[in-house]
Amino acid sequence: MSDHENPDQAPPANTGLLWFAGILLLIPMLALTPVGWYAKKDPELWGFPFFVWYQLMWVFLCSACTMAAYSLVKKARPHVPMRTSASLDAEDDR
Amino acid sequence: MYAQLPMAPEPSTPGNGVNGVALTILIVLFLIVTVMGFMASRWRRADSMESLDEWGLGGRSFGTWITWFLLGGDLYTAYTFVAVPAAMFGAGAVAGFFAVPYTILAYPIIFFFMSRLWSISHRHGYVTSADFVRGRYGSRSLSLAISITGFVALMPYIALQLVGIQAVLEVAGVGGSDNWLAKDLPLLIAFAVLAAYTYSSGLRAPAVIAFVKDILIYLVIIVAIIYLPSKVGGWSHIFDAVHAKTEVPPKPSKPGYGPAAPFVDTVGPKAQWAYVTLAFGSAMALFMYPHSITAVLSSKSRTTIRRNASILPAYSFVLALLALLGWVAIAAGTKPIGLDGKPNAQLVVPQLFEDQFPDWFTGVAFAAIAIGALVPAAIMSIAAANTFTRNIYKEWIRPNATPAEEAKVSKLTSLVVKLFALLFVFTMDKQNAINFQLLGGIWILQTFPAIVVGLYTRWLHRWALLAGWAVAMIYGTWQAYGIKSPATKHFGGSTDTIPVIGELGYIALTAFAINVIVSVVLTFVLRAAKAPEGVDETRKADYFVDSDDPRVQRYDADPYDGVPPDGKPA
Repeated sequence: MSDHENPDQAPPANTGLLWFAGILLLIPMLALTPVGWYAKKDPELWGFPFFVWYQLMWVFLCSACTMAAYSLVKKARPHVPMRTSASLDAEDDR
Repeated sequence: MYAQLPMAPEPSTPGNGVNGVALTILIVLFLIVTVMGFMASRWRRADSMESLDEWGLGGRSFGTWITWFLLGGDLYTAYTFVAVPAAMFGAGAVAGFFAVPYTILAYPIIFFFMSRLWSISHRHGYVTSADFVRGRYGSRSLSLAISITGFVALMPYIALQLVGIQAVLEVAGVGGSDNWLAKDLPLLIAFAVLAAYTYSSGLRAPAVIAFVKDILIYLVIIVAIIYLPSKVGGWSHIFDAVHAKTEVPPKPSKPGYGPAAPFVDTVGPKAQWAYVTLAFGSAMALFMYPHSITAVLSSKSRTTIRRNASILPAYSFVLALLALLGWVAIAAGTKPIGLDGKPNAQLVVPQLFEDQFPDWFTGVAFAAIAIGALVPAAIMSIAAANTFTRNIYKEWIRPNATPAEEAKVSKLTSLVVKLFALLFVFTMDKQNAINFQLLGGIWILQTFPAIVVGLYTRWLHRWALLAGWAVAMIYGTWQAYGIKSPATKHFGGSTDTIPVIGELGYIALTAFAINVIVSVVLTFVLRAAKAPEGVDETRKADYFVDSDDPRVQRYDADPYDGVPPDGKPA
C-alpha cells in the first residue's frame, strides 16, 4: 500500500530532487533580472551587442534548464495510477 | 529622420499600388488553409462533436507536437508580428525587446503550475480556469469575477488579430478605396471564413491550421534573418544605424498629449525596473489568458505540458529574430506609410518584406502573417465562448444545460465574439484596440492569485481574493487611464511610477502586488471572523493525476470510462 491511495495526500516524491528541479527553473529568472548588468554593448559577438546575444543565449539555456527539470521531476515523482476510484470518490466531511 | 541613415541598397518605395503576385499567393495560401479548417472536423473525429470537451477542447486528445503548435500559434499572434518589430522600430529596446525575456520567463513559470492545472481539470472536467476556481473555493462570485476578467481581456486581443490582417492587406495595396465596403471587404471575407470553420470544427480547426502557419512563419523568419542583413550591410551596420537613431531627439508632441520617449537601443538606468517588471508581469499574465488555458487543457496528458515547457522556447528564439527585424528595417530605410499617406510604424514588417523580397516571397510572408492571425483569433474566440458558456450561461442562466446545449451556446457565442471584434475594428480607432489590449494585460494578471495560488493551497480566503481582485482591477485601470502618450491622452502605455519604490514599472505587476497584499491581510481578518470558507470539491491527489486515472467528471455527462457523475452538491 503506498501513500498515493490516500486522496488527501500528495503521491510520494523525492523532495530533494524536486527542490533541485525548482532551482533549475529559477536560474533563468535570476539570470534575466539584472538588466543593468547586461544592458551594454560590449563584449560583442559577431557584431551583436552583449545586450542582444546574452538574452538570445538564455533562450537556449532556459530550454536546457526546463528539459533537465522535466526529467528530474519525472524521476522524483514517477506517476503511479490510482488503483481504485471508489476510495477517491468517497465523500469527505470537511 | 531617415535621411540621416546610411544609404540603403533599396530604399523604401511605399504606396506603389497593388502587389498582384504577392496578393495572389496570399489568397491561394488562404484558400488552402480554409479547406483545411473545414476538413479539421473529421480529424480524430469523436462520436459526437456536441460537447465542450469535443468542440471546445478538441476531445482533450492533443499530443506533444500538436499542443506545441497550438500553444505557439496561440501565443505568437499576427499582432506579435506587427507590434513587436514596430515597437523596436519606433521606440527601441525597452518597448520591444522585453518580449524576449518575457517569453523566456514564461516557460519556467508554466512548468511550475500548468501540469497541476491540467491534472485537476482532467479529473473534474473543468474547461476554463473559472471552472477550477468555482470547484476549489466553492464561490460563484469569485468564479464570475475570473470569467468576466478573462472574457473582457480577450475581446481587444481578438480585435488586434484583425488589425494584424489589415496591416498586411494595407501594404499589399488592398483596402485603400474610399468606399467603406470595398475598403473593408477583404477583412470581412477573412472574418466570415474564420467564423465558419471555427463554428463547424471547433478547436480542431486552429490545431490543424497551426501547422501550416508555423511552417510558413519559421520559413519566412529564417530566410529574412539570413538574407536581409547581408542585403542591408551586415549586423554591425544594422546596430550602428540603430545607434545613430538614438542620437535623434524625438519630435515634440501635440499639446495635451504625453511627451514622446526617445529612441533607445539598450535599457538605460531609468528603464531597468520597467524592463524587468514588463518581462515578469507579462510572463505571469500570459498563461492566465483563457486561450492559453484552452490550449493547455486540450492536451492529452500531464507530461505533454511539461515537455512543451522545454520545447516552446524555440518560439522565443523566432520572436527575438522577429524583433530584430524592426532594427533591420531601420538600416534598410523602410518607410512604413499607410494608404492614408500617414506614417504608421505598425506596417514596418510587411513594408520591409515588400521592399526587399521578390513578390512571390512577399506573398508567402504576408500569408504567414495573415494566417498567423486566424489561428489565435479562432482559439481566442473558442476560449471566450467556453468561458461564457460554462461560467455565465450554465452557472447563472441555465444550470441544467446538457452538454449538447453547452456546445451549441458556445458555437453561437464564438460567432458573436468575433462579430464584436469586427465591429470594434471597423468602428473604433486602431489605437483604441491597442489601448484596450494593454488594459487587458493588466486585468488578466489579477486572476493569478486565485488560480495559481489556489493550485497549491486554499489558505487564501475566497472573499479576500475577490476583494484583492477588485482593488487591483480598479487601481490598474485608474493608473493606466492617467498615462498619456503622443498618440493618445489616456491608456497611452503600461508603465508608471511604482509607489514606495519610486521607479518606473509595469502597472500590472504593481496592481498584482496590491492584490496579494489585500488578499493576505483580509484572509487573516476573515479567518479571525470565522467567515464561511465554502466547499472544496478537489482532493490533494487530484492535482497529480495523469491521463490513465479515472475521472470524477462533475460536468461530463458522457461518462465513457464508467465512472458515474459525481452527485455531490456543489
